[in-house]
Amino acid sequence: MTLMNDWIDIGRIEDIPPQGARVIRTAQGDIAVFRTATDEIFALRDRCPHKGGPLSQGIVSGKTVTCPLHNWNIALDTGEAVAPDEGCAGHFPVKIVEGRISLLLSMERAKLAVVC
Amino acid sequence: MEKEKLVLVGNGMAGMRTLEELLKTAPEMYDITVFGSEPYGNYNRILLSPVLAGEKAFPDILLNDEPWYEANGITLHKNCEVTGIDRRARKVIARDGTTAEYDRLLLATGSNPFIIPVPGSNLPGVITFRDMNDVDTMISASKSLRHAVVIGGGLLGLEAANGLKQRGMHVTVVHLSRTLMDRQLDEVAGGMLHRSLEERGVEFLLGAETREIIGKKRVQGVRFKDGRETTADLVVMAVGIRPNIDLAKKSGLYCERGIIVNDTLQTYDPRVYAVGECVQHRRQTYGLVAPLFEQAKVCSDHLARLGIRRYQGSVTSTKLKVTGIDVFSAGDFTGNEQTESIVLQDPGAGVYKKVVLKDNRIQGAVMVGDTVDGAWYFQLMREGTDVSAFRTRLLHGQAHLGDAGHGGANAVATMDDKAEVCGCNGVCKGEIVQAIVGKKLFTLEDVRAHTKASSSCGSCTGLVEQILAMTLGGDYSAAPKAKPLCKCTEYTHDEVRAQIRERHLTGIAAVMQELEWKNPDGCAACRPALNYYLIATWPAEVKDDYQSRFINERVHANIQKDGTYSVVPRMWGGVTTPAELRAIADVAEKFKVPEVKVTGGQRIDLLGIKKEQLPAIWGELGKAGLVSGHAYGKAIRTVKTCVGSEWCRFGVQDSTNMGIQIERMTWGSWTPHKFKLAVSGCPRNCAEATIKDFGVVAVDSGWELHVGGNGGVKVRVTDLLCKVATPEEVLEHCGAFLQLYREEARYLERTAPWVERVGLAMIKQKIVENATERKALYARFLDSQKYAQVDPWAERAQNSVDRHEFIPLKQIA
Repeated sequence: MTLMNDWIDIGRIEDIPPQGARVIRTAQGDIAVFRTATDEIFALRDRCPHKGGPLSQGIVSGKTVTCPLHNWNIALDTGEAVAPDEGCAGHFPVKIVEGRISLLLSMERAKLAVVC
Repeated sequence: MEKEKLVLVGNGMAGMRTLEELLKTAPEMYDITVFGSEPYGNYNRILLSPVLAGEKAFPDILLNDEPWYEANGITLHKNCEVTGIDRRARKVIARDGTTAEYDRLLLATGSNPFIIPVPGSNLPGVITFRDMNDVDTMISASKSLRHAVVIGGGLLGLEAANGLKQRGMHVTVVHLSRTLMDRQLDEVAGGMLHRSLEERGVEFLLGAETREIIGKKRVQGVRFKDGRETTADLVVMAVGIRPNIDLAKKSGLYCERGIIVNDTLQTYDPRVYAVGECVQHRRQTYGLVAPLFEQAKVCSDHLARLGIRRYQGSVTSTKLKVTGIDVFSAGDFTGNEQTESIVLQDPGAGVYKKVVLKDNRIQGAVMVGDTVDGAWYFQLMREGTDVSAFRTRLLHGQAHLGDAGHGGANAVATMDDKAEVCGCNGVCKGEIVQAIVGKKLFTLEDVRAHTKASSSCGSCTGLVEQILAMTLGGDYSAAPKAKPLCKCTEYTHDEVRAQIRERHLTGIAAVMQELEWKNPDGCAACRPALNYYLIATWPAEVKDDYQSRFINERVHANIQKDGTYSVVPRMWGGVTTPAELRAIADVAEKFKVPEVKVTGGQRIDLLGIKKEQLPAIWGELGKAGLVSGHAYGKAIRTVKTCVGSEWCRFGVQDSTNMGIQIERMTWGSWTPHKFKLAVSGCPRNCAEATIKDFGVVAVDSGWELHVGGNGGVKVRVTDLLCKVATPEEVLEHCGAFLQLYREEARYLERTAPWVERVGLAMIKQKIVENATERKALYARFLDSQKYAQVDPWAERAQNSVDRHEFIPLKQIA
């Protein structure tokens, strides 16, 4: 089990297209890792709080992603739906060291713990 | 640094709306002080009529209560009338001595009811209908007094009369003209309204000019110029309103009928802004809520120093808020020598509709009884839509043109709360009403954001607008005419396109920079639109920005509700071979494809495919010669065909082969919205070509070409473009029509609404009547195809393009 309250290296910034996203597969579900136009990196659970759409497939603009299923906008830094929609996808802490991205993943009752 | 001070004089709807908008965009910018002469927070003045009629209570119409001001750090001086402005010292002075300094001042002093200057008009018992205090007076009068006379048979007067009647008084309406609401209604409509109100027991004295109000200590009656007299215990003056400009005038601000403001809502003193009923803009004053809200938006942007919007005036419509009596009017409903009127009159059913047209465009409309299509006519009017294609059906309404999904329900008022309004998102009438009331929504956009109603296919937009109008009362009117492309810009679709062309812009970043986009990398609405406009305008130069495309077009497959994808290979003209079918069958088995289905466009769909599987599946399909069918994009979809003269005993032309030729020519082209085609081999039209964007129907002497059809939410039968003799002409006309659509329609506008908007005449003129223009369009289409006809599946199957899309960044056990 690699998932222990720990920073996990997932790759380089350049592995993700600007204004794009990549998926991290885990046994507990997918994580979407986003790169904004200004090279900021964010990680959310890859499930829209609305109907579970894969956020990693959405259009990234500014610090939001638009879910491909029903156009909910989700804030990348918190995972919160942009008002007036309500809900939270949950986010994971991200760290960048010398161009490499790490995520802080921890387990809570056999589930990935996300921050809301 | 100390914050700047903003003072608002007038705690009404226009001023407070401006503050609310300002708090959204620049919440920390100002220290805000509000002066209001009434003893409450801000309430919805347009709902005073239902309060008077006993259908609502005051708390229902309160917009911002006092804790709201506190929570937003706003100082509220209620019951505090401002009597002076010292513009040199930049402070306002109230009657009770309160003062407040300002860096920016916003005047929203509203309007005063007009009191006709006749003897006795100052007697106790003579009141106006303007604020909550008036309503309270009327309600308590109705408990002890018998006879009410309402002077003024306009919108406000009739609402007052209805309310007082509901409260049990004996009501007489006195009106100068012979027609009620003569500013908004013609004689027929006014007459019908007259009868409906009479049936409710309201009495009328028409053509009556008031000479004096009689009474000793308080009002006892009204005497008219012609000598008639009537008893009155209460007189309500509702003859009109005048902008309240006293304060502004006294302070030396230039006023005419109202306080003069420019397009940024500034008065002659640049530190002083004004909005609402007190202003005069481009010689117009307004007394309805929609224009005030448009002004509020512009004004708040300038107060927030965003400096982007301009107010350019409003077009308005009117609706009477008397429950059970539906009256609607907009624009020029009388007409003149240059206009034509279409009239429907059914006295038995109490229905009257009149639409005034000039050059097939709506100039105005007046309706009684059945006003469900008011919002639709108003929209057609504001957008200047050419109605020639459906003018014979115009008066039967939008529902008559065919709307799937809500079973022709149109009488909003009688609709059950549980009745579904938005079939796409499952939103009922009750939920919409609740959101409008509970969340204080005013616009269609608000309702879309909060309830999702009308936010998907849009076919229920008319209904939602009706519900808004019904819930808010008559002053609701729809959004301004020229809508910006999205919230990132003030430019419209057409303006953005023109700029891309004129300034030769070839990248999304360049467009956003040149046109001063508000969000540095746009949003999910504008980026796909800009990407389309760029590749359609400069096909040889622009690099397609895949990150600005919707996922389907980015990965060339159609995302499904569970996040899997569907794959539809192209089958030219719907013709396939055993080898192709075998390849599809093999793929379906090898990759355990959960479902195989035939699509509406005669192609085979493989459903439930995981994203990672896509390149491998495309590789296998590619080996059999199968390419992308573009069933996922705003692009050329399929050409549906019937078998035609090769096999069919009725066929008069080889429709299958014609379909194949068209599909070979057009595939791969990106279009503003999806584009479907069909070719039928005889007029029996088995390929259903007359509900396609471009439909071809074979006749003995050649081919009929049809355009602008749609089989979707709103079924629209095509218009006949022309008839041609040869397959070459079919291709040329098809290419030219497609190119015209690609160059002129707005992103996400199907051909059906586009044809209705620009008019078939324009399209015929460019494609049928002008051969030079047609050939030029056709040449431009073929040229753009040189860059478009690359099979996206083949590129990706070899793992050379966008590989990152199809593999996870990392797998964690």
